[in-house]
Amino acid sequence: MAQAAATDHLETSTGLDNRKLLMWLFLASDCLFFGSFIAAYLLYRGRSVVGPYPEDLFDIPFTSVSAFILLMSSVTMVLALAAIQRGNVRNLRIWLFTTAMLGTLFIAGQVFEFTEFNHEGLSLSTNLFGTTFLVLTGFHGAHVTVGVLILLSLFVVSMRGGIQQKDSLAIELAGLYWHFVDIVWIVIFTLVYLIQP
Amino acid sequence: MTLAEYRKKRGEPLIREDADGAHDDKHPGALEYVQIGVILAIITAAEVGLYYLDLDFTLLVAMLLTLSVVKFAMVVLWFMHLKFDASLFSILFAGGLALAFVVFGVAIAVLRGSLT
Amino acid sequence: MASIAVPKRSPLSEALKGVRHAAADYGSIWSWIATVDHKRIGILYGVSAFAFFILGGVEALLLRVQLAQPDSGFLGPDTYNRLFTMHGTTMIFLVVMPMSSAFFNLLVPLMIGARDVAFPRLNAFSFWLFLAGAIFLNASFFTGDILNGELGAPDAGWFGYAPLNLREFTPGHGLDFWMLGLQMFGLASLAGGFNFVVTILNMRAPGMTLFRMPVFVWMTLITSFLIIFAMPIISVALFELTFDRLFDANFFNAEAGGNPLLWQHMFWLFGHPEVYILILPAFGIISAILPTFSRKPLFGYAFVVFSGIAIGFMSWGVWVHHMLTTGLGTVANSAFGVTTILIAVPTGVKVFNWMATLWGGSIRFRPPLLFAVGTVAMFTLGGLSGVLHSMVPSDFQQQDSYFVVAHLHYVLFGGAIFGLFGGIYYWFPKFTGRLMNEKLGHVNFWLMLVGLNLTFFPMQISGLLGMPRRIYTYDSELGWNLWNLMSSVGAFFIAASVLVFLINFFFSLRRGEESGPDPWDARTLEWSIPSPPPEYNFKEIPTVTSRDAFWHQKYREDETGRIVPVVSGSAADAETPEDETEGEHGHGIHLPSPSYMPLIAASGFPVVATGLIYDFALVPVGFALILIGFFGWVLEPATEEE
Repeated sequence: MAQAAATDHLETSTGLDNRKLLMWLFLASDCLFFGSFIAAYLLYRGRSVVGPYPEDLFDIPFTSVSAFILLMSSVTMVLALAAIQRGNVRNLRIWLFTTAMLGTLFIAGQVFEFTEFNHEGLSLSTNLFGTTFLVLTGFHGAHVTVGVLILLSLFVVSMRGGIQQKDSLAIELAGLYWHFVDIVWIVIFTLVYLIQP
Repeated sequence: MTLAEYRKKRGEPLIREDADGAHDDKHPGALEYVQIGVILAIITAAEVGLYYLDLDFTLLVAMLLTLSVVKFAMVVLWFMHLKFDASLFSILFAGGLALAFVVFGVAIAVLRGSLT
Repeated sequence: MASIAVPKRSPLSEALKGVRHAAADYGSIWSWIATVDHKRIGILYGVSAFAFFILGGVEALLLRVQLAQPDSGFLGPDTYNRLFTMHGTTMIFLVVMPMSSAFFNLLVPLMIGARDVAFPRLNAFSFWLFLAGAIFLNASFFTGDILNGELGAPDAGWFGYAPLNLREFTPGHGLDFWMLGLQMFGLASLAGGFNFVVTILNMRAPGMTLFRMPVFVWMTLITSFLIIFAMPIISVALFELTFDRLFDANFFNAEAGGNPLLWQHMFWLFGHPEVYILILPAFGIISAILPTFSRKPLFGYAFVVFSGIAIGFMSWGVWVHHMLTTGLGTVANSAFGVTTILIAVPTGVKVFNWMATLWGGSIRFRPPLLFAVGTVAMFTLGGLSGVLHSMVPSDFQQQDSYFVVAHLHYVLFGGAIFGLFGGIYYWFPKFTGRLMNEKLGHVNFWLMLVGLNLTFFPMQISGLLGMPRRIYTYDSELGWNLWNLMSSVGAFFIAASVLVFLINFFFSLRRGEESGPDPWDARTLEWSIPSPPPEYNFKEIPTVTSRDAFWHQKYREDETGRIVPVVSGSAADAETPEDETEGEHGHGIHLPSPSYMPLIAASGFPVVATGLIYDFALVPVGFALILIGFFGWVLEPATEEE
């Protein structure tokens, strides 16, 4: 079966693997998903009638570290792929695990941030900022969590010897998803955190 | 007849010329990935630095947007392999992005009352 | 996610394997529950969509009984609101979309010469999630005090405008069921959309280039792309509503500075592509029927395909015409008025191509053709009243009146439903091996055509006379009495036609004339295999050398340019059913194994939704089910070793 997987794309009309095509379609579709939430945030930016406002809450150094962690997890992810493409299962495991841990660290940072904001009086119902910010970054966090779950599952499978050089597509697909989550954060970091009218 | 047999018979390539894996030699190695990672880190540092400089707002926005587009493009092109992979993937992804930009741009403009 | 072989087999996985083997034994009910066969999934979609069609139809009849006379007390205002909301939601999301999915599933793999869709288990997941959402939505009826005649269904209209959709103005759980149910069909359609794009791009038989594909496959591809890009937007709008209703967020709360119009924008950004998601499959169906029954190739194949693509793109630029009266300003209104006029152009191109296909053909007026011609005529009528809405001042007059109700029913009933009925008459023999009764088919068609016009034409007049939509009764002095009575009588004509259809369907299923593989002398590949098709579809994957591939296997031009059969004798001889060695079971063709995992994963969603409404403790239970389903799915082998 695994062998079939390695040659599957030879049997497709476009010469591209079904699963990879599916993943790219999903990512294209997800652009509209995050686009909708980002649009709602931008539409309501500066329109909250009561505080707390973003400038009262944002801790740019802290968020920069978070953003940096997620960015670096993309690097470790791509190193995991490079490892398995050369058949290096040991490095694959190391980098997969590192990526999952960096993702977890990012989530922990988000939980900390939400808790802090909550102590300072921000909730979903406080104002437009609370609503749009928490839902947008919350859905991003949910995507990261799913990503961590996928990475950990792959890690467990690889520890049981289930991922060899010929199975590199599984890592590649997980990577595509992971990098997408990262680029969404690149956009959010700039549009939501750094640019404040 | 299977597709592979059909292609062989017609002398067509079995895998798309532009598909990832058709030219494994072009693939970047671990070193290149790390180099890109370093550049990304530097850009992020620059973004945060700009935030603390007391720049004109329009200029600041322009610079921040440019930097984030560069980061975005580097991740998509290298880490997600679009630079090396089949053009169909790029078309699909760019299509989704462009659509999101256009429709939400117009929707925000209409909702903010800019098209009265 | 790619499936990964897990080396060690646990007793659990052995047990699961046994269960799957039991399901692989075609015939038992479990074989339907665990099926991943595109044809069976198509049938499941079709049967459930038809059941909901009857439900939505009964809702419509109740509404029409109420409106037949002025000052009627048949339904109270509250019940009326719930029924029209459910009628609209049901017909759009539980009837036309899944009925179209039924045709995608049944036909696309056969038309492109494939053995199944690209992701059979994802396909099963789509169906079960659709069904879960549909049942969930309809369960809302029982949340009211039903014994005292109070229904609990949603009552904010099928587009549930903000701020009416907020908890403050629409208390009760009906709307919660609506928003979470819609979320489920949205996800189900999205999964289907991905599946069909990959199937059509990647699973074509050798030689089946994009421009040799039947138009139906093209329309499926365009529809699937629209689904992929439109569904996330409604999904986000529904999430925003969910947060507003369940967690007191402020997306549509004007008091906190929010803009309720955001909902309308999001809804119609999805909603207008959705209109084409509803109609393009019917366009594909009639593009298959018209050439077959005029014995001519489709006129202007490239024009039909490219105008379909043009519609797909342009459908993203017209959403504001649903909201011209919301005060968006002259520039916005004019711009979207113009784009709306423009989108009529590619649609008009198609109408002319269909007419030219009939022109000069040797036409056989069989039931599928009647419905196809009916579709062209009725859709054109509906389309023309649609062009009137693009004139902004005219739209101000028509907005929220029965004129709009007439327009959308001409397009969706006269266009989509007519086309789908034509499709059922056309492909019924392919999947049952029997023809539907010809006479009853004619009766069905004429009753439905008369009923349609009797119902919806008077609505144009009552609309122009100023009758607003969504009112539960009206005063007898307003001059609307006759037109409403006519509409109500017409509705019962439609009901009678559906009854005739059902009788025909069940009668023909048992007693219909045997059809053979190619009863219509048709043009596309699905007719080249036996009826009903074997599990594996094609014994040998065909090699395609031209458009209308099956036609060219059967006929060629002689020296004088006359069309002659390729083999001596009847065209049906091109098919060699006697070669079909029964029992050999597909010559060692490996079919995907049945799986319960899609059903398990899909069943978690209504549990999560119920938990969100009633008790958060259920939410993790639902998520656990979803996770079990997905993990089982990834870890079980897609194709069992024999």
